[in-house]
Amino acid sequence: MPKDSGIGASSKRREDVRFLTGTGNYTDDINVHGQAYVHFLRSDVAHGRINGINTDAAAAMPGVVRIFTGADFEGVGGLPCGWQVTDKHGEPMQEPPHPVLAQGKVRHVGDPIAAVVADSAEQARDAAEAIEVDIEDLPAVIDMKAALADGATKVHDDLTSNLCYDWGFVEENKAAVDEAIANAAHVTTLELVNNRLVANPMEPRVAVADYNRANDESTLYTTSQNPHVIRLLMGAFVLGIPEHKLRVVAPDVGGGFGTKIFHYAEEAFCTFAARAINRPVKWTSSRSEAFISDAQGRDHVTRIELALDADNNFTAIRTETHANMGAYLSTFASSVPTWLHGTLMAGNYKTPLIYVNVKAVFTNTVPVDAYRGAGRPEATFQLERVIDKAARELGVDPIALRRQNFITEFPYATPVAVEYDTGNYVATMDKLEEVADLSGFAARRAASEAKGMLRGLGVNCYIEACGIAPSNLVGQLGARAGLYDVATVRVNATGSISVMTGAHSHGQGHETAFPQVVADMLGIDESMVNIVHGDTAKIPHGMGTYGSRSLAVCGSAMVRATEKIINKAKKIAAHLMEASEADIELKDGQFSVAGTDKSVAWGDVCLAAYVPHNYPLEDIEPGLEETAFYDPANFTYPAGAYACEVEVDPETGKVSIERFSAADDFGNIINPMIVDGQVHGGLAQGIGQALLEHAIYDESGQLLNASYMDYAMPRADDVPFYEVDHSCQTPCTHNPLGVKGCGEAGAIGSPPAVVNAVIDALQSGGKNVTHIDMPVSPSRVWAAMNG
Amino acid sequence: MTQVSMTVNGKAVSGDVEVRTLLSSFLRDHLSLTGTHVGCDTGQCGACMVHVDGDAVKSCNMLALEADGAQVDTIEGQAAEDGTLNTIQQAFQDHHGLQCGFCTPGMVMSAAALLKDNPQPTEAEIRAYLEGNICRCTGYHNIVKAIMAASGQDVGAIAAE
Repeated sequence: MPKDSGIGASSKRREDVRFLTGTGNYTDDINVHGQAYVHFLRSDVAHGRINGINTDAAAAMPGVVRIFTGADFEGVGGLPCGWQVTDKHGEPMQEPPHPVLAQGKVRHVGDPIAAVVADSAEQARDAAEAIEVDIEDLPAVIDMKAALADGATKVHDDLTSNLCYDWGFVEENKAAVDEAIANAAHVTTLELVNNRLVANPMEPRVAVADYNRANDESTLYTTSQNPHVIRLLMGAFVLGIPEHKLRVVAPDVGGGFGTKIFHYAEEAFCTFAARAINRPVKWTSSRSEAFISDAQGRDHVTRIELALDADNNFTAIRTETHANMGAYLSTFASSVPTWLHGTLMAGNYKTPLIYVNVKAVFTNTVPVDAYRGAGRPEATFQLERVIDKAARELGVDPIALRRQNFITEFPYATPVAVEYDTGNYVATMDKLEEVADLSGFAARRAASEAKGMLRGLGVNCYIEACGIAPSNLVGQLGARAGLYDVATVRVNATGSISVMTGAHSHGQGHETAFPQVVADMLGIDESMVNIVHGDTAKIPHGMGTYGSRSLAVCGSAMVRATEKIINKAKKIAAHLMEASEADIELKDGQFSVAGTDKSVAWGDVCLAAYVPHNYPLEDIEPGLEETAFYDPANFTYPAGAYACEVEVDPETGKVSIERFSAADDFGNIINPMIVDGQVHGGLAQGIGQALLEHAIYDESGQLLNASYMDYAMPRADDVPFYEVDHSCQTPCTHNPLGVKGCGEAGAIGSPPAVVNAVIDALQSGGKNVTHIDMPVSPSRVWAAMNG
Repeated sequence: MTQVSMTVNGKAVSGDVEVRTLLSSFLRDHLSLTGTHVGCDTGQCGACMVHVDGDAVKSCNMLALEADGAQVDTIEGQAAEDGTLNTIQQAFQDHHGLQCGFCTPGMVMSAAALLKDNPQPTEAEIRAYLEGNICRCTGYHNIVKAIMAASGQDVGAIAAE
């Protein structure tokens, strides 16, 4: 029987009511009395030297309060990068400055040159058009390999080249990997592109900054997944504002998908400008601006080799990847192609030798950073595509080849530095074969063929690493932050509870799922628990929501704090019932003395804590509020198997997704309804990457499809109903909830299934096509079929 | 500035606007009806969908002055006076048809317009109708399911909640 409350129940989301009635509070809904409006003048060339900026005419336009340029930010810090990668020679990555407003040069279309602050948004926009900028065009560096050629124009004049780093992982294994590949019975090689994507949360970014000169206090309302991280980065590294003078609020946020993790120039600008003019300022991004100023995702070019022995056992993997950083290092850009990518190259398979080489490259394009999955989709795509290609070359069943090479014993230490604590890849594949009805595929193919369509089946596995930790390890790997999290559980006098969490909910349903956990632990009704998040003034601390970490890390902190509450409450209950603390049991919101009929209700204990007339004041403090910091011992490792069935129209090359099935192992599940929804959304983004989406730059550095008229977002009729199953559960062994994280799985696991299915369809039609790069658009499919 | 008057969610309203003021701006900035969202600048995303004289309209694609004298309905007017969600809103909650909530007002307004004209749409008809509403969170599964449920169709056979 499905539960109707607590852990494991599909509780309906309480946050839905405000979203369904138009009463949410998104950043653009916030207006501060007297606010001025910001409009950024952005570069329309990809690379150029700024010879002069004349703001005289613009400054004289109606309503203009002040115009800022890069000169106003000399002496102000640049936007920091949060991860120092060390290259294969032991040298630190090249880390160029990233000014708030361009200084000297512009380096991508969209780079902010100047900002107008005016009484209205329209006046600011009008005045920005009157700014005269003298820019000397420089050659744009767009293609990564060309960017690394001798004599290539440098994006950053002060760097030695456009190479950010050349990373080898694990460098000590390289010779052994080379030897294994040289001696292999079979080597399958695949060159592929992991297409650049635009994250496109439906809410564009917004920043509203307020300043109280009397107290020297700044407040920034911003569309962020992690307000404390923004406070730290902007306060400490850019503007020099200490934490107690800087409040960052991320209210309702309309989707993030990674792109709202990062600290952006516009946030720092608005905070700076509000202080400079002593007036609140507001900036609202247009979608057009979002396309050229939000950090973008993926953009890897990879060559992967998979070596097999004569029995088709995987013996070695060697990869070489070029990873596009864009024009500047966004907040976590450097970590994505390295520690979030190389560490996942073992996938679900016991390959003994792996070597990953990544060259990160600066180009005159929008910065690239984490986007849903962040490095793990890139790892999964190349691995699951090359396995499929190997199966076809060897004439073996792709599922059987995977099963033969599955890791089956846990814990399992991979040759790429991580240890999977638990998993059952056989079980998820078995479950996939069932929910995807793979035994019925032949009949469905026949039916498709009868109407002149080609039908293909693509299957793949995935593994991801969530809740990156522990902090001391990630510190050794170059992270410039801890990756713990924090929760305060505040029990009020009448027994209701406010949980202050460092997680930030921007669609994940924390306001519903987190109370399910606390209520379950205490045996009280979910409605007695509220979640407070997204405001540095209300929450002790927190690293935010990304990398599928919310429940595994922030939820674990909440569990630890709740355990402290229970321990203290038992002391109070023992006092009230004149019993030994060791005999106190908590069940269904009642504290009882074991073996007796004595009991005291949750509410009575809470009241005693705040009205301590009959209370052990000599032993414990009044009140009932506890905080816990939780630093995980390891990553979590969700895994699963996905199947996609496509129909390909041989006349046009159009691909349609006919079925998509997912069997995931997320460990324990708190709210199955929300988990299903997370998978659905991830699948659509993965299908979008595979079939539709591609941020295309021309050779001059113009993003050719920088609007929804041109960039193909998945629509409702591009996707089917999905079959999603998460009944295979191997609980995480090292966090108190046994949870693994589910937010990114769909986006990680789905692209290879789609492409594998398209290749299968084409080969079933007698076409000798072994690979098509994403997006697998009709023109590419048609060209592959007829090429 | 030009004066514009209209009826919004049953109440007479008026305001002084620039000729270039969009209906979406009038609703959000002049009337503080911030449930209508603006997610793009090219008329594709549908987050700003409202009803003008009963028809679904993207309010970022219409000048406020064009709505002079019109009956405009927004997401804020969909629930009952006492806050009870209407059938479509309730179906979206019951079937988890929203995540971040940003596209949701437009989805609900589009669904209402669809069901008015086509009380029992098929899955394919719903998907085709939602061509002008983009959601980045849900993968559309539960939106389509919610609309089918709101139209009284049995969605028990559709996998997953």
